[in-house]
Amino acid sequence: MKAKVLVRLKREVLDPQGDAVRRALGTLGFDGVRDVRVGKLIEIDLGASARSSVEVTERLKKMSDELLANPVIEDYEVSVSD
Amino acid sequence: MSAAMRAAVVVFPGSNADQEMLRTLRLAGFDAVSVWHKDSSLPASTELVALPGGFSYGDYLRCGAICRASPILPAVRAHAARGGLVLGVCNGFQILTEVGMLPGALTRNAHLRFECSDVWLTPTGEGPFTRGLPKTLALPIAHAEGRYHADHDTLARLEGEGLVAFRYCDADGVPSEHGPNGSVRGIAGVYGGPSKNVLGLMPHPERRSEVLHGGADGKLLFDAAMRTLERGLAA
Repeated sequence: MKAKVLVRLKREVLDPQGDAVRRALGTLGFDGVRDVRVGKLIEIDLGASARSSVEVTERLKKMSDELLANPVIEDYEVSVSD
Repeated sequence: MSAAMRAAVVVFPGSNADQEMLRTLRLAGFDAVSVWHKDSSLPASTELVALPGGFSYGDYLRCGAICRASPILPAVRAHAARGGLVLGVCNGFQILTEVGMLPGALTRNAHLRFECSDVWLTPTGEGPFTRGLPKTLALPIAHAEGRYHADHDTLARLEGEGLVAFRYCDADGVPSEHGPNGSVRGIAGVYGGPSKNVLGLMPHPERRSEVLHGGADGKLLFDAAMRTLERGLAA
């Protein structure tokens, strides 16, 4: 079973990295880029598991709350596939 | 004469300000020893625990995040819960927020640069490390992720309870709105723990603690902590 955790800065948290990328895109001639936010994708291989995808999702949420994301500044989304 | 106050400096893989932390603690009269992150207990009768600056665990995932899994952490938490003094400087401050021992978070400087400069600070909260400090202190900063962030409710609580320990300011002590890194309300350091016994700050007091450094303002925090302990004001 494989999982992906998408971690993003919360909307209200300033993302200077995204802003730098937006400005660089403008410099390269890509006009019309209004906003850029940079997040991170964490891919996790859980191997063979007898757990249901609901259980795995709950486990991933716990991992995200405890380590993968910082709830003060970040939101996350979990997706699971076979 | 009573036995010297013991201080423990936790060394993580990637810590790089532990030696100056040890030296400054000793200058202030502490019996300072280092503790490896894989240890699971603090030395007997430790009065103060310091988490030094650096790049613990390579800053992987987020600065300070991996420390949540550090074997020494439960002992540090227990020390703080008992009212024992804890000081986190720079990466140490990042660690304290990441493990939930202090509120808020430290994230990328608003201008994205690694900020290495001298700054003015003004103490804005009375506590074990700030008692008797002058109105302004000159200390160095050296960080890329030092922008303090907290939501409105947390900020209201911090300010209402006098937990904002330090703000960036100008040479006259007038607080700055964002400091050198974009910190909300110019916050440079915060208190936490059951009795303001936990302090985290981004500037490095241990790097401005003797004449050779061009100033010794930073040593005043360690002197204040020592006075606090000698008067039995901390558990």
